[in-house]
Amino acid sequence: MAKVLVVTSGKGGVGKTTSTAALGAALAQTGQKVAVIDFDVGLRNLDLVMGAERRVVFDLINVVQGVAKVSQALIRDKRLETLWLLPASQTRDKDALTESGVADVIKELRNTFDWIICDSPAGIERGATLAMRFADAAVIVTNPEVSSVRDSDRIIGLLDAKTEKAEKGEQIEKHMLITRYDPQRAKRGEMLNIEDVLDILSTPLLGIIPESQEVLRASNIGAPITLCNAASAPARAYLDAARRLRGGVVPMTIHGERKRLLVKLFRRAA
Amino acid sequence: MTLFNLFSRRQGSAPLARDRLQILLSHERSVCSKSDLIGVLREEVVTVLCKHVPVGQDNVTIRMDRGATLSMLEIEVLIHTPPAR
Repeated sequence: MAKVLVVTSGKGGVGKTTSTAALGAALAQTGQKVAVIDFDVGLRNLDLVMGAERRVVFDLINVVQGVAKVSQALIRDKRLETLWLLPASQTRDKDALTESGVADVIKELRNTFDWIICDSPAGIERGATLAMRFADAAVIVTNPEVSSVRDSDRIIGLLDAKTEKAEKGEQIEKHMLITRYDPQRAKRGEMLNIEDVLDILSTPLLGIIPESQEVLRASNIGAPITLCNAASAPARAYLDAARRLRGGVVPMTIHGERKRLLVKLFRRAA
Repeated sequence: MTLFNLFSRRQGSAPLARDRLQILLSHERSVCSKSDLIGVLREEVVTVLCKHVPVGQDNVTIRMDRGATLSMLEIEVLIHTPPAR
């Protein structure tokens, strides 16, 4: 059974595209067949982050308008056989996306893929509501920062009101993904901690992605972080999150940082 | 202010962020859900009433006052009675 996942946040710049690429690649690395769709019409970036920017021929709007077939617009990842990208249009108007058109594309993708991951644009306008419209589950990307948490709260409200699932009276599955987390700063009380964010948003946690320079390096190279450096702390956090998405029980750890924290504590005690 | 600075330096600013968010969101959630609730109520009340008496969307007023311990829902329906013969 295919599962449609929307990666959303309300606020821009919190890591939706990075997370879409990383989770998509992480799921594909376990053999799942994954399609990632960029819904950010006019400001597409998923192609760039995944290193496929020079291979874009057709896009989502071409497919919605019947100019191209889904199979013509899908770009297969060079590194992973089971990972595919459906890019957004860079030149068209975002109003060219229609609800019925998006419904048809997703319906078709459901036949051939295990996961369809929709990378939502920022905001709460048409692009964002269309990206979440047909989702079975949502990943809400949040930074431990007041404006991001507030916007996530708003998006959670929209997920419970505007998705097809919610309108049918069903519950859309929601997962929090906290990105750019710095456990040291949180410990010192300089940053909202995980408990605070979960307490405020009362949504189950999918993963904690630690702040890391590796994320920028991955986007510079044009590879999802889980492929660029699978041993890095953020990559391990995304791989754990992907396992949880598949129903696995994985203990929640803050990767790469725990040891350092212990070392610090020892040093302080000595 | 100096006292506050001393306090916040010791504690960090995260607790303040959490408290501000909790207050703000509890307000925003009540505003959002209230407007939704009232819209839905109005629609459903009109549908039910229409089965028995002729009322329009404009003849139904719904107000809600939320208090700390007690909230009041007020539904006002105007029904035009035909002139008596």
